[in-house]
Amino acid sequence: MAEIQLKSLAHSYEKSPSGAHDYALREMNHIWDQGGAYALLGPSGCGKSTLLNIISGLLTPSEGEVLFDGVVVNHLPPQKRNIAQVFQFPVIYDSMTVFDNLAFPLRNMKIAEAKVTTKVHEIAEILELHPVLHKKAKNLSADEKQKVSMGRGLVRDDVSAILFDEPLTVIDPQLKWKLRRKLKQIHEQFSITMIYVTHDQLEASTFAEKIAVMYGGQIVQFGTPRELFENPNHTFVGYFIGSPGMNLIEVETTATGVRFDGIDIELSDARNEMLGNIPSTNIKVGIRPEFVHVWNKPTDGAYECDVQHVEDLGTYKILTLKLGEKIIKARLDEDHAVPQQKAYISFPEQWLKIYVDEYLIGEDLV
Amino acid sequence: MSLKLDNIDQVVNGQHHLTSVNLSLEPGSFNVLLGRTGAGKTSLMRLMAGLDKPTTGKIIMNGADVTGISVQKRNVSMVYQQFINYSNLTVRENIASPLRLAKTSEAEINKRVMETADMLRITEFLHRYPLELSGGQQQRTAMARALVKDASLILFDEPLVNLDYKLREELRFELRELFKARNAIAVYATTEPNEALALGGTTTLLHEGQVIQSGPSAAVYREPVDVHAADLFSEPPINLIPGDVTDNEVTFDESVHFPLHQDLKSLTPGGYKFGIRPSHIGLVPSNDDDLEMSMTVELAEISGSETFLHVKNSHFNLVMQLSGVHAYRSDATIDIYLPVHKLFVFNLDGKMIQSPTRLIRG
Amino acid sequence: MSKVENNKAWWLVLPVFLLVAFSAIIPLMTVVNYSVQDIFDADHAVFVGVEWYREVLLNERLQESLVRQFIFSFTVLAIEIPLGIAVALMMPTKGPMASVSLIVVAIPLLIPGNVVGTIWKIFGRADVGLLGWGLNQLGIDYNYAANPLDAWVTVVIMDVWHWTPLVALLCYSGLRAIPDAFYQAAAIDRASKWAVFRYIQLPRLKSVLVIGILLRFMDSFMIYSEPFVLTGGGPGSSTTFLSQTLTKMAIGQFDLGPAAAFSLIYFLIVLLVSWLFFTTISEMDKDK
Repeated sequence: MAEIQLKSLAHSYEKSPSGAHDYALREMNHIWDQGGAYALLGPSGCGKSTLLNIISGLLTPSEGEVLFDGVVVNHLPPQKRNIAQVFQFPVIYDSMTVFDNLAFPLRNMKIAEAKVTTKVHEIAEILELHPVLHKKAKNLSADEKQKVSMGRGLVRDDVSAILFDEPLTVIDPQLKWKLRRKLKQIHEQFSITMIYVTHDQLEASTFAEKIAVMYGGQIVQFGTPRELFENPNHTFVGYFIGSPGMNLIEVETTATGVRFDGIDIELSDARNEMLGNIPSTNIKVGIRPEFVHVWNKPTDGAYECDVQHVEDLGTYKILTLKLGEKIIKARLDEDHAVPQQKAYISFPEQWLKIYVDEYLIGEDLV
Repeated sequence: MSLKLDNIDQVVNGQHHLTSVNLSLEPGSFNVLLGRTGAGKTSLMRLMAGLDKPTTGKIIMNGADVTGISVQKRNVSMVYQQFINYSNLTVRENIASPLRLAKTSEAEINKRVMETADMLRITEFLHRYPLELSGGQQQRTAMARALVKDASLILFDEPLVNLDYKLREELRFELRELFKARNAIAVYATTEPNEALALGGTTTLLHEGQVIQSGPSAAVYREPVDVHAADLFSEPPINLIPGDVTDNEVTFDESVHFPLHQDLKSLTPGGYKFGIRPSHIGLVPSNDDDLEMSMTVELAEISGSETFLHVKNSHFNLVMQLSGVHAYRSDATIDIYLPVHKLFVFNLDGKMIQSPTRLIRG
Repeated sequence: MSKVENNKAWWLVLPVFLLVAFSAIIPLMTVVNYSVQDIFDADHAVFVGVEWYREVLLNERLQESLVRQFIFSFTVLAIEIPLGIAVALMMPTKGPMASVSLIVVAIPLLIPGNVVGTIWKIFGRADVGLLGWGLNQLGIDYNYAANPLDAWVTVVIMDVWHWTPLVALLCYSGLRAIPDAFYQAAAIDRASKWAVFRYIQLPRLKSVLVIGILLRFMDSFMIYSEPFVLTGGGPGSSTTFLSQTLTKMAIGQFDLGPAAAFSLIYFLIVLLVSWLFFTTISEMDKDK
């Protein structure tokens, strides 16, 4: 088992980096507890693959340290770190059968053939690969190949962490479900540390116990899917998590709350006091489409807005509304009646977040 | 410009890639082709474009038979999955290339390039080379090149599949906006039901080379014509429970049975397959006649705002889509509630007999 | 895929057709014609049917030459293929040294056959050649003009020097096509260098090697200028390969009939061996 620690870790692909923009990973300190299922979530170019490769040993960080169970492993290659990695596209040894593919790591470690057979069968059982065990690996479908790739990581007893680099990219959406469930079951069964890199927030949320959201080379928030959803502490997290993402509106403060486009939103006294003491002018309020209350008729405390577009997504609908000059999206259940031209919306204060300079503040005041 | 596919068959090396495809696309329409990998979406689009010829059948554009006519003569654009751009030309030259081939005047080229670049928000990259740009920007360049031609038929072959989740959402929205103003026909292939719903327009379901259903997206979603259609157009997949109907009740297995509901009274006794959407099963009863069942939790997949609960009993498995976070450990026993009036009824061959009529609450 | 027909394309290919017909097919037909006739001079020729074929196939000199040729081709293949792979494995794939090594490796390929022969001819001489002089200094009695074994070794090494770069370059391009992820996965699987070679690199080099082996076989089977310049076919006839024998016959003795018959047999042998090899490899590739 491995507790993985990152100490003052940073990485630049440049030989002599001159500023923050030269860094693919900006200085971070982080601990991944052993046996956890984690996701590294972020848009392309945020540094998540770089971080994964540093953890696995395929890349040596230019600054800082990577520690496995307290031991610095910066210069240890992957084979010495007891990790396994599953790549974006299935990596299998074409000329071998599935059985030989799974047996390969064990044979390389010179393990007795009898033990190899037992272990391979065990893993094949879990991954439901028995039907194709003696077929040539190159003739399998994409998801079967990916399972073989995963299997090679699982056969080894000494694996303390498995790293996944967007492993479901080539898999059909219908089958992604099955593989995700498989991964979760494997995690529950083996309790191995698993780190999963993806740009798909649904994938990350359903797999991980805790998600590290990355943006611009930094871990912007590390929390459970629920925490990230209900309390995003950076506007980027608000935007990136949730489909659609959080509504973010630039506002200016008033005596009673905030205002934009002539529309006033009242806030609690405690919050107004806090806002009064802030010098910055970069203030935004955010509310998730799921928490916007929508009515068909004029209601006390609700703002009137124009319905621009209704997207019917089967289990729910997305309303695109215009309030003042701003676009607000609201999410309605399938059963909810859909307003036609005008809608009336309100923002329950407990879900209305305030962001100053992109960071969440005043949570304790609600 | 209208497009009609008349009884198209495509046989390659003895294998049927497409069988008896009949489609009629209206001018200015946005048409989604939804199907699994290998269902025939790309084959169909290549036929529409003129890159391949059908084995039998006709393709009719605007009333004229274009079946044998090569792609260069049809006014068609195509956007692919892999962002295909001319790597040695700048973005501006990339977008201009189809116009140059058509020998358009320089002034006209400039005007159209600027317009299209503006529409796709890549004006600031016009002087850069495609390989210097990010995936989303490259794909937008490819789209600009397809759109600048003002073709009467624009084909998109899973164009967003290699992009970030968020970028996909944004580009989907942009695409719909872009099409509102045009009279061209758009055909968009995808494997994701949610994308089909989000894009709207009409959806055509392709399964193993055959069209199983075609119509306005929401209608095809609500009224799947058979089990395959219901399965294809649902993520997570629709739950199917085998059951029997007798004179006065429905049984799923020995322990689960409920009286014949008014909606189901018209069913003749016999075996059926009942379908229920994952989002319609709940943890608390929402109606008086909800069916209560005791199930074991296999797995709880929690995303921030919803939970996918995989449950089972000794006879069948179900997936539930619940809003909110519900953390259950595996092997926990829970009671679930199934609104009987939301059941789909399929006969044993898979054809849909009945779909839920009462959906809106109150 | 049935492509949409575009008949204009045929017109563009027509000139090439005519050219090939003119420069290859018609002369080939002429040769076939000669092979069944006894030609006395420009005006007198007698049809002799398969007489020449029989004579040629029974000719001892030709049979010996054929055997020599096969030995040469297989020896040369046996050395060049593994050596080419080894060189390709050693060539760097990234950085400035990649281009430099490419150029250095490619140099022998650029040299025309008879120049290669001349280079090695001089190189091997005991009086002015570095190799000859060096070997004799070491006490080895090396004389390619007088000793058949020395002649063979020199001819083989000369061919290896000349043509291994072709195999190396082909394999190099094949290796470049292997994505990094495969090496990374192998590292994680703790595969030894040999295992990496056997299970990742070699399978992926297969298609490239097929081309390499075919090309090298055909070329070496038809080799002419290099050995001719180096040894003139000697000492005696120890390094007289098939093409030289044929030339002697056709031009030296002006026996067009048998020469024509032999050319055809030559052509057919190359075709047959290549076809056998190719089908065997394709069959191996298909899954059981």
